[in-house]
Amino acid sequence: MSEVIHADHHDDHHDHGPDKGLARWLFTTNHKDIGTLYLWFSFLMFLIGGVMALVIRAELFQPGLQFVSPEFFNQMTTNHGLIMVFGAIMPAFVGLANWLVPMQVGAPDMALPRMNNLSFWILPFAFGIMISTLFMEGGGPNFGWTFYAPLSTTYAPDSVTFFIFAVHMMGASSIMGSINIIATILNMRAPGMTLMKMPLFVWTWLITAYLLLAVMPVLAGVVTMMLFDIHFGTSFFNAAGGGDPVMFQHIFWFFGHPEVYIMILPAFGVISHIIPAFSRKPLFGYDSMVYAVASIAFLSFIVWAHHMFTVGMPLAGQLFFMYATMLIAVPTGVKVFNWTATMWKGSMTFETPMLFAIAFVILFTIGGFSGLMLAITPADYQYHDTYFVVAHFHYVLVPGALFSIIAAVYFWFPKWTGKMYNETLGKLHFWLSFIGVNVTFFPQHFSGLAGMPRRIPDYALQFADFNMLSSVGAFIFGFSQVFFLYVIIHGIRSGQKASDRAWEGARGLEWTLPSPAPYHSFTHPPQVTDEEAHA
Amino acid sequence: MANAAESDQSVYYVPHNGWYPVVLAFGVMLMLTGFGTWLNETKAGEAGSWTQSIIGFAIFAVVLYFWFGKVIVENHQGLANDQLKRSYVWGMGWFIFSEVMFFAAFFGALFYVRVLVVPWLGGEGGKAMTGEYLWPEFTAAWPVVTNPDPSLFPNPIESMAAPSVTSWASYLPFWNTVILLTSSWTVHVAHSAIKEENRKKLITWLGITVLLGIIFLILQAEEYIVAYNDMGLTLGSGIYGSTFFILTGFHGFHVTLGTIILMVQWFRSMKGHFGPKDCFGFEAASWYWHFVDVVWVGLFIFVYVL
Repeated sequence: MSEVIHADHHDDHHDHGPDKGLARWLFTTNHKDIGTLYLWFSFLMFLIGGVMALVIRAELFQPGLQFVSPEFFNQMTTNHGLIMVFGAIMPAFVGLANWLVPMQVGAPDMALPRMNNLSFWILPFAFGIMISTLFMEGGGPNFGWTFYAPLSTTYAPDSVTFFIFAVHMMGASSIMGSINIIATILNMRAPGMTLMKMPLFVWTWLITAYLLLAVMPVLAGVVTMMLFDIHFGTSFFNAAGGGDPVMFQHIFWFFGHPEVYIMILPAFGVISHIIPAFSRKPLFGYDSMVYAVASIAFLSFIVWAHHMFTVGMPLAGQLFFMYATMLIAVPTGVKVFNWTATMWKGSMTFETPMLFAIAFVILFTIGGFSGLMLAITPADYQYHDTYFVVAHFHYVLVPGALFSIIAAVYFWFPKWTGKMYNETLGKLHFWLSFIGVNVTFFPQHFSGLAGMPRRIPDYALQFADFNMLSSVGAFIFGFSQVFFLYVIIHGIRSGQKASDRAWEGARGLEWTLPSPAPYHSFTHPPQVTDEEAHA
Repeated sequence: MANAAESDQSVYYVPHNGWYPVVLAFGVMLMLTGFGTWLNETKAGEAGSWTQSIIGFAIFAVVLYFWFGKVIVENHQGLANDQLKRSYVWGMGWFIFSEVMFFAAFFGALFYVRVLVVPWLGGEGGKAMTGEYLWPEFTAAWPVVTNPDPSLFPNPIESMAAPSVTSWASYLPFWNTVILLTSSWTVHVAHSAIKEENRKKLITWLGITVLLGIIFLILQAEEYIVAYNDMGLTLGSGIYGSTFFILTGFHGFHVTLGTIILMVQWFRSMKGHFGPKDCFGFEAASWYWHFVDVVWVGLFIFVYVL
């Protein structure tokens, strides 16, 4: 952990390799180390959140109360959501950003390396606090991942105080991470890497970072108001004092809706790299992709109340939020069209990353369509708080965001490790995941349309078949992700050596580096050629 | 003494590693869990202990001291090239933007309450039935000095709302506005002193700025004391008190931070830091100061006057 600065040979550190042992991971300022930490941390959280999901699915395998109490069931749904959103998906994308953005823009590292380390190391502490609430007197948070007041204030368990501080810490981590990504992208690009030559993963992350900067402080604000309502006697969310519980929902969803795009925009970036690589064609409509992402990000700020149509709001508000929501389908359609057009007449091959990417396009589109259905206010009155909503957002988050992360891991695995994973095992993982995810979530559309409410531990008999199917799918999916861990470890330990470019169709500065990428890449900026731009 | 060493401008300085961040994160964890425990104990009527949060805060503060100290030393050794300094500028700028959004949440709450919630509770508009069913006696007015249910949220005796302009001379928030606006100007004078390489002027005007910040905080404390003791205006006195104290309170907290940051820059000026081309620490502090000033103007208009 030497931090000695050699004033006369101050660029000595560029020759340093990583430190030995634990110190490397605790004290590192290296974007690749920090990226690795983020990715492994998010995988751990994914497994923990996944076990919670399986507790839920085990309980719902049959009607009646089987394994857990309704109180504990509520804690599971709440923590499953929070851990998957804040602990698995978001940190995984930040991990990808850490690994890829500096290499893709030709920078030596992230712009603010020490703060980068801080952004990561806050997270284990924050999630340590959050998971510890499950073992506290009165139990952990049980009010759903959206923590609506007054469930999360007047009627909350005592552990809500710690939940609030954990959210504050996650917010601080995200804000620092975003600032770092923005500074890196805007200030650290190699000469010739103009904005409209940036790889789409970099573009999508730049826009995502702005979304995070704009809404994470609002989340901090709303949990702070909760804290004050709980401990200092304020009445923000209590009508008896002139406040309003519905106000909680407005502020929460002002954060919450951009948040769902925070979880999907980087996925768009990943898919926009993988599909051209395996279609052996440049991405169709690069410029329109950039503008589409920017439009989606803008629209995400003016649609929040579509999550709360049934709570009661003026008609004008319902109409506005309905139409604004439907408008998002336009730029999203542009993206789906462009991905499809990229594949059109390409010489396609179907390696594991490509399989996940194609599944992403199809299944994310299904999730998008059910989103359109939910956007229709009068129809939403029927769908609200049913399993249809659960099916919708799991389609965009699991075969959407999560599949893109898995695809990214397979795609850049050779660059990170210098090894190639086993293609047969990868494909097996894909098919197990693909079948698992559809068996789990597709039936939930039907149980939802038939009227099954979400967040209940027991249900009426007519929903039994769909739920049993769903639970079987969930266990297939769960075990196939443990298998994913095996594929990765197998690849790291005994994978074949990968070439520098690894995939013949891959374009971008990162593929000009050796595999595995050296500890310090691009100490001096590379020359950006048209060949490697626009990948 | 700035930029004493010759620096290789083409190399972007990436520090090799360091223990600050992880220890800082640990300190924050200790501080917040300690505070949370104290809150829950107090709520349960027990005597809570501050020890853990104070230890956590001490770790946090000490690490920050070393961390910033190290960055300053590295800069003086010439390790920070122009590009790295631009990263700092981007970083600080967007950090302030995130702070703006933090206040936006509270301002948003204020507007939502004033424009929609209170009228609805008073039986107007699209949710008129809320008022009819819950508290038909309640009449909508801002400031809310009569709460819907005064047995749960006792009414304040009076609000902080501004008197007519002619009597602003005896209205404390007006003088606070004057003080903060003046301090934004004095910090600007200090900045031009750096550009003119006039150290005495820098120290004087920066010192005045810090002093104005402290005076503002004292007056703000006085206002709170009056509110609690004489006006019955507390955090618990309904939505008016809630919005009033959360907005002015977090603003006051930011003024405290800003004053501390400016104080650090003042000590640094005395030690001979900052030159016309190398004064990011000072500039970042002054941007932050202008930001708290702008927030105050928003507060004065929407919390006090309108």
